[in-house]
Amino acid sequence: MKQVFKRPQALSDTVMHYCPGCTHGIVHRLVAEAIDELGILDRTIGVASVGCSVLAYEYFECDFQEAAHGRAPAVATGIKRVLPDRVVFTYQGDGDLASIGTAEIIHAATRGEKITVIFINNAIYGMTGGQMAPTTLLGQKTTTTPRGRLAEYHGQPIRICEMIKELDGAAYVTRVASNSPRNIAVAKRAIRKAFQVQLLGLGLSLVEVLSTCPTNWGLTPVESMKWLEEKMMPHYPLGEFKSPGEVK
Amino acid sequence: MLGELLLMKGNEAVAEAAIRAGCRHFFGYPITPQNELPEYMARRLPEVGGVFVQAESEVAAINMVYGAAGAGARVMTSSSSPGISLKQEGISYLAASELPCLIVNMMRGGPGLGGIQPAQSDYFQATKGGGHGDYHLIVFGPESVQEMVDLTPLAFDLADRYRNPAMILGDGILGQMMEPVELSEMLDVQLPPKEWATTGRSGGRRHVVSSLYLDSSELEKLNKRLQDKYLEIMRTEQRWESLDVEGAEVVLVAYGTTARVVKSAMNLAREEGIRVGLIRPITLWPFPTKAFESLEDVGRFLVVEMSSGQMVEDVRLVVNGRWPVSFYGRTGGVVPDPKDILARIRELARGGGTR
Amino acid sequence: MLHEILIAGFGGQGVMSMGMLLAYAGMTEGLKTSWMPSYGPEMRGGTANCSVVIASDAIGSPLVTEPSGLVVMNLPSLEKFERKVKPGGLMVINSSLVKKKASRDDIEVLYVPANDIADELGNPRVANMVALGAFVAKLRPVKLDSVKASLKKVLPERRHDLIPLNERALDRGAGLVD
Repeated sequence: MKQVFKRPQALSDTVMHYCPGCTHGIVHRLVAEAIDELGILDRTIGVASVGCSVLAYEYFECDFQEAAHGRAPAVATGIKRVLPDRVVFTYQGDGDLASIGTAEIIHAATRGEKITVIFINNAIYGMTGGQMAPTTLLGQKTTTTPRGRLAEYHGQPIRICEMIKELDGAAYVTRVASNSPRNIAVAKRAIRKAFQVQLLGLGLSLVEVLSTCPTNWGLTPVESMKWLEEKMMPHYPLGEFKSPGEVK
Repeated sequence: MLGELLLMKGNEAVAEAAIRAGCRHFFGYPITPQNELPEYMARRLPEVGGVFVQAESEVAAINMVYGAAGAGARVMTSSSSPGISLKQEGISYLAASELPCLIVNMMRGGPGLGGIQPAQSDYFQATKGGGHGDYHLIVFGPESVQEMVDLTPLAFDLADRYRNPAMILGDGILGQMMEPVELSEMLDVQLPPKEWATTGRSGGRRHVVSSLYLDSSELEKLNKRLQDKYLEIMRTEQRWESLDVEGAEVVLVAYGTTARVVKSAMNLAREEGIRVGLIRPITLWPFPTKAFESLEDVGRFLVVEMSSGQMVEDVRLVVNGRWPVSFYGRTGGVVPDPKDILARIRELARGGGTR
Repeated sequence: MLHEILIAGFGGQGVMSMGMLLAYAGMTEGLKTSWMPSYGPEMRGGTANCSVVIASDAIGSPLVTEPSGLVVMNLPSLEKFERKVKPGGLMVINSSLVKKKASRDDIEVLYVPANDIADELGNPRVANMVALGAFVAKLRPVKLDSVKASLKKVLPERRHDLIPLNERALDRGAGLVD
């Protein structure tokens, strides 16, 4: 019998703890597929962050370090500077990267650290129970914006790609989404490309993946996919913000 | 083997000693009075194939150390009091993940932004954990540039042996002053094998560096293992200097820069016929309790610190009421004057003084 | 033997290297020595000073608060440190820049027109060496030859062409003392 589908080698045989309808699992798989396809499993070191993906190191077959909240790009810097011929990636949520860890991501990008950053943006704090994230949309209700996010009271949602692309050390900056087969295929190519950019030593590569959080959004998985498309995409447009010519 | 005698600033001497002890990675952030240390590293590390990164903050720097230590490197950072406070979260993670590294704190007066003059008011922070959770660093309190240089390779070695962060607790004077110093030759350091390091699986087992234990019993197991390790360190790694302790009317206890000043005061006291002794802790954690255990003929203790009284608590614990323990301290960056210490010694030798 | 020396002036007068030369010379003579600079914002505010201790026994605090030997290269330093000199101690005053006389009569005072002599030598930057030469000749914490031999260790390599001039300046200063 011909095998048409299997678990990527870089993904461990572990039941993930993610909620139904959450797209962390999809993105994990895309990262693992990219690692498989590039044949870098034995020389890749991941850095997990604090948030729902804190246990990411359980789900990958490569070496991993678990970083303090927001500090994954600094930890990745430490690893990469010691082992420049290895592949180092961080996997961070929006609270980790876009709130507590803004200094670390901006300066890792500014230094042009040759690392890959997978940035999951689901516009909410998942693990702590649905509080406002820096990427929470205006009007969006969370446990700490019970009346909806107000610009003049809570501030505006932050657009990371638009900010990081301005930094000279950032080589590849793109925003993709995990809500449809088509978008997932695009996301897969982007993640693979991000690793290739690192392998060529071109600078920091960052892939922002718009993701869902049905549990804390209070929606069904299907409604969540729709909400992502209708609410998030207008504020967080998809596409490549910066791309080196060297990698297709 | 020792080289020629050099006149070097403490900050620079520690940096060179670290390089000669095989350190090739440094991550830091500027703060007075330790800037010559990262500056020296910035100049020197590239010459020996090493890497210096000026991080965006102390917070980032200590987490770079975490990544580098986890990747198996002999790595260090340095800072001064407020910067060390910022590093505490990362230090707790390093201790929990059992990652070896060296942290240098050239203490300055606090609390808050404080001042930039020498102080010893981070003793509690350094020896009692400092960040969250139950942990200890191996902490050294050198009294001279030479001793700082001699302790640097030892600090790295013990950090590796016990898989535990080590700290050199200096101060503004030790960092800024120049003294004659003999450095060892460049050591051909063979780091102990670090099978646990995340260097890429390379076909073997995969490794994870983490301090997350969602299962309480698993986290308790980690804590028990750490505590067993700390007991072992307390048993085997206490270091101190004792001078004329038996028969002393007043035994002084001081470390670092203060111990130097105390030695001057002791000379003055001897000229007046007062019998004085000294216990100078070299490891601040583990605290050298053994130095106190077999004492018999001692009048009383006087602890001198550049703080409001921190190490004195450890002295009182170990003395445990057998003798009176008095304290004299200066704060804010003021260095005690030998004559003022002499005045306290006189008072105590006459049987006076208050606790 | 214990010399506790304080050298003070404003930034650019070379007070730090005066101290380093003394400490280096002491080291080469097999003595215990330490050098400790004032540090921090005051360095950039214009005044600078350093403490040097030269001793036969282990050195306690390297910070000198009551000097047995003081060199003042400018007026603010005189005003700040004169009262701190130990009775019987020595104070060298750069009389080219400090027009005020010492007010203490329980210490020895030496007036050295350091900048004038340096100008005669053709380089105002060696005023510090003139003052140091006089100080060393009077107090004798180390030999003048040891100070000269330390020049190539303390001066940066790009300044080594100035060593002969520095030696002449040291000699001129020393020549003021019999």
